[in-house]
Amino acid sequence: MSTVLSDPSERPRAHEVERFREVVIRFAGDSGDGMQLTGSQFTTTSALVGNDLSTLPDFPAEIRAPAGTMAGVSAFQVRIADHDIHTPGDQPDVLVAMNPAALMKELGDLKPSGVLIVNVDEFNERNLAKAGYASNPLEDGSLAGYRLYPVELTTLTRRTLEGAPLDTKSKDRAKNVFALGMVYWMFSRPLEPTIGWLERKFARKPELAAANVQVLKTGFNFAETTEVFQVRYEVEPARLAPGVYRNVLGNTALALGLVAASRRSGLPLFLGAYPITPASSLLHELSGLKQFGVTTFQAEDEIAAVSAAIGASFGGALAVTASSGPGIALKAEAMNLAVMAELPLVVVDVQRGGPSTGLPTKTEQSDLLQVMFGRNGESPVPIVAASSPADCFDAALEAVRIALAHMVPVVLLSDGYLANGSEPWRLPEVGALPDLRVEFASNGHSGGASGNGHAFAPYRRNPETLARPWAVPGTAGLEHRIGGLEKEDVTGNVSYDPANHERMVQLRAEKVERVARGIPPTAVHGDPEGGDLLVVGWGSTAGAIEGAVRMAREEGLSVSRVHLRHLNPLPLDLGEVLGRFERVLVPEMNRGQLALLLRARYLIDVVGYPKVQGRPFFRSEILAKIRTLLGATR
Amino acid sequence: MTAEAVTPALTAKDFATDQEVRWCPGCGDYAILKAVQSVFPELGIPRERFVVISGIGCSSRFPYYMETYGFHTIHGRAPAIASGLKVSRPELEVWVATGDGDALSIGGNHLIHALRRNVGLKILMFNNRIYGLTKGQYSPTSERGKRTASTPSGSVDNPFNPLALALGAGATFVARSVDIYLPHLKETLRRAAAHPGAAFVEIYQNCNIFNDRAFSYITDKENRESSVVYLEHGKPLVFGDKGARKGIRLAGLRPEAVPVGDGGVSPGELVVWDETDPQLAWLAAQLGPPDLPTPLGVLRAVPDLTYEQGVLAQIEDARRRQGDGSLDELLRRGDVWTVGEDGAISQGAAG
Repeated sequence: MSTVLSDPSERPRAHEVERFREVVIRFAGDSGDGMQLTGSQFTTTSALVGNDLSTLPDFPAEIRAPAGTMAGVSAFQVRIADHDIHTPGDQPDVLVAMNPAALMKELGDLKPSGVLIVNVDEFNERNLAKAGYASNPLEDGSLAGYRLYPVELTTLTRRTLEGAPLDTKSKDRAKNVFALGMVYWMFSRPLEPTIGWLERKFARKPELAAANVQVLKTGFNFAETTEVFQVRYEVEPARLAPGVYRNVLGNTALALGLVAASRRSGLPLFLGAYPITPASSLLHELSGLKQFGVTTFQAEDEIAAVSAAIGASFGGALAVTASSGPGIALKAEAMNLAVMAELPLVVVDVQRGGPSTGLPTKTEQSDLLQVMFGRNGESPVPIVAASSPADCFDAALEAVRIALAHMVPVVLLSDGYLANGSEPWRLPEVGALPDLRVEFASNGHSGGASGNGHAFAPYRRNPETLARPWAVPGTAGLEHRIGGLEKEDVTGNVSYDPANHERMVQLRAEKVERVARGIPPTAVHGDPEGGDLLVVGWGSTAGAIEGAVRMAREEGLSVSRVHLRHLNPLPLDLGEVLGRFERVLVPEMNRGQLALLLRARYLIDVVGYPKVQGRPFFRSEILAKIRTLLGATR
Repeated sequence: MTAEAVTPALTAKDFATDQEVRWCPGCGDYAILKAVQSVFPELGIPRERFVVISGIGCSSRFPYYMETYGFHTIHGRAPAIASGLKVSRPELEVWVATGDGDALSIGGNHLIHALRRNVGLKILMFNNRIYGLTKGQYSPTSERGKRTASTPSGSVDNPFNPLALALGAGATFVARSVDIYLPHLKETLRRAAAHPGAAFVEIYQNCNIFNDRAFSYITDKENRESSVVYLEHGKPLVFGDKGARKGIRLAGLRPEAVPVGDGGVSPGELVVWDETDPQLAWLAAQLGPPDLPTPLGVLRAVPDLTYEQGVLAQIEDARRRQGDGSLDELLRRGDVWTVGEDGAISQGAAG
């Protein structure tokens, strides 16, 4: 059943309406102010009215930093558009600041003349001092460059709930919902999706549901009747391709991709994990999907998490371990065991700011070289990277495909921005997903014992992929031993023979190299035949690079782009593609890790563009870099 | 699965591999290998269902000599790797071969958590109180003051009590035996095999190269009767040479050795062994020289839900309540909307 949403255009219009192609809104407040919920509700509603969108949550590592402090500011940015977009936007057009600290921290990003909604009730001396304001910015004229809307959010919320069976604290907690109601009016959004969500969320506390619904409606009506805002904004639905959509977070898409891979391979999914930001939500998601035969093993540490996954892989499961940079460092030795034992394994690295504990809740792409080289010995592993929240689904399927087809551990790189960011996702047809079925070795088949008295050879390889057979315990006649000691080619027996060792090192490397045979040729967006500049990206920079390159091309610049899904091995034609361009630019949220690999591999003088601030690139930054490189002035 | 009905009886030979055994001549590991190879065929389980998993160290070469599925993994991690296998394949018989360094030092965390979870693993910890493969450094079970390659002035730290550690971790089966006591070792292995949950077996094992005669205080002929007490469920704790039998009595909470037989205390005053009693298990774990005998046998054996049973039950329960998951429905979970061919947007999954 589908119901058509109420059309905002049918409502009476007493205000001037401005149409925008896109708007960026940032909600900011204290950690306890519900900014993530407010932002995600606005997101869901905008998705349901058909906007394309992209979100960027930004929250502190502390669960509840001291109230009213800069350290406790939690923000959620969402960009809505009437066209296809791929980033959460550079600078917000609208900032909702629930207290002075939020204003102090976020105001610098707001566009000149941007809309600024503040909760004046929180602008008392104490809170101003906590935020470091010498004078009240609402009164000293320092906000003259913005369209300031001071609203008594706390007072109005309390007044709305006068007589409601709630204590003052609970009433005050609804002030974000009042703000959301106002913003819904401002952007001509329907209230129904959020009302439905509140009723579901508070199904067991109907008095809370009723209070929040009342506050939401009052906020909406307050904006309409008091004429606090001079204008309303409208963003038309985007013309998205026909299909069924949902808004999806990166880690959710990744979890769904793994479940889909389990179904398509016919193997039960086993996740070994230890809680770590920003990967934990993968564990949460998958632990709730037991009806799909998913086993989640919350291990005693990161090492046990990957080790348990390796044990499950030995037993024939689709084995996955997931962590972030510090946890991946701990897993290195066990990953090498999977390299040596040649067992399929997917290692998910949801990258965050490093080194050490670094910036747990902020994003970065600085683990590429760690997963590429961070193990003892000659230890190549395939590496794939997801490029958007929804793309995490496809990237997971691809990582599993490689792991199963080549009997090899595969690293899947995501990052904090993808994990917690969201975008509309056009749902795939289940039947059209890749077929990942595998055949275990059996007695007499597929690398099994030959039946003529020869023992099973666990390292006899598939001549195409060089994969060894997967002979799982319980299979009669294929009893064999594997381990971390060097193997004799074919038999798998322990061998210290010098020539054999070199041969096995080469075989393991060649096996990973041959993964490239199964990946598509490099897609050049722009001018495939070549030009002045090629921007090469990987991972979550995709959206910003795409936007910047599009704008540069609209300015007439000769610039194209390539976005890499596979970082190891690189596509077979990549060197040749790079050679078609005068210059190559590599923007990365690190100090130039892919740039280093490309320089080493292709001897090309690529230009690195590092950004290591714990947050994504702005399109404008990459655009400016492109202009500079091409000598374009503007 | 009815394959067992047609499986011909196996012998110890069926569990021996073609690999040359490379432990030092005289190593206690040979005796343990022999015991395991002779007990496995008795269990009536098809050979392909056995998996032996090890970490690093002399003991951890064990899988190479067992004609079963085997995995010689990395230092200390065998319990974690075995846990992943057992949880995903509960029908397999998963045995872990480990040593005092592997299990108690680098892998201490994994051992205690495998025991705490009660994963159905049979963990055989060969305790020789030394690092053998790395040539003779002191281990976490070496006695304080031990002079070794790495402690020329004697070690300054206290050793672990492996049995107390296992009990403290909540192990549901804890036992001890000795490499050269073949019948006792085999019986202990049978008991471990029959236990459905995590079974921890400490096996005193002589390293004749780096720590020879570490257990001579019980294994020398003249000490065998006087220095060991066998724990037998339902029987009083008695030990000692024929002419000088002694029993264990409790003085308050403190165990003491008292003479039994003619002129001794009456049997009713002695501790009657109960392998399900947590207090007694703790008491036995503390017994030992100089004043009391070393206990051998099963300290604790109590049935409990295994980890893998719990995991499986939750999966089955989820399937019972929600059906065998539909991927299509899963993808469409939550707020979805449909963009029609004409670009019209409607809530829900149209069509």
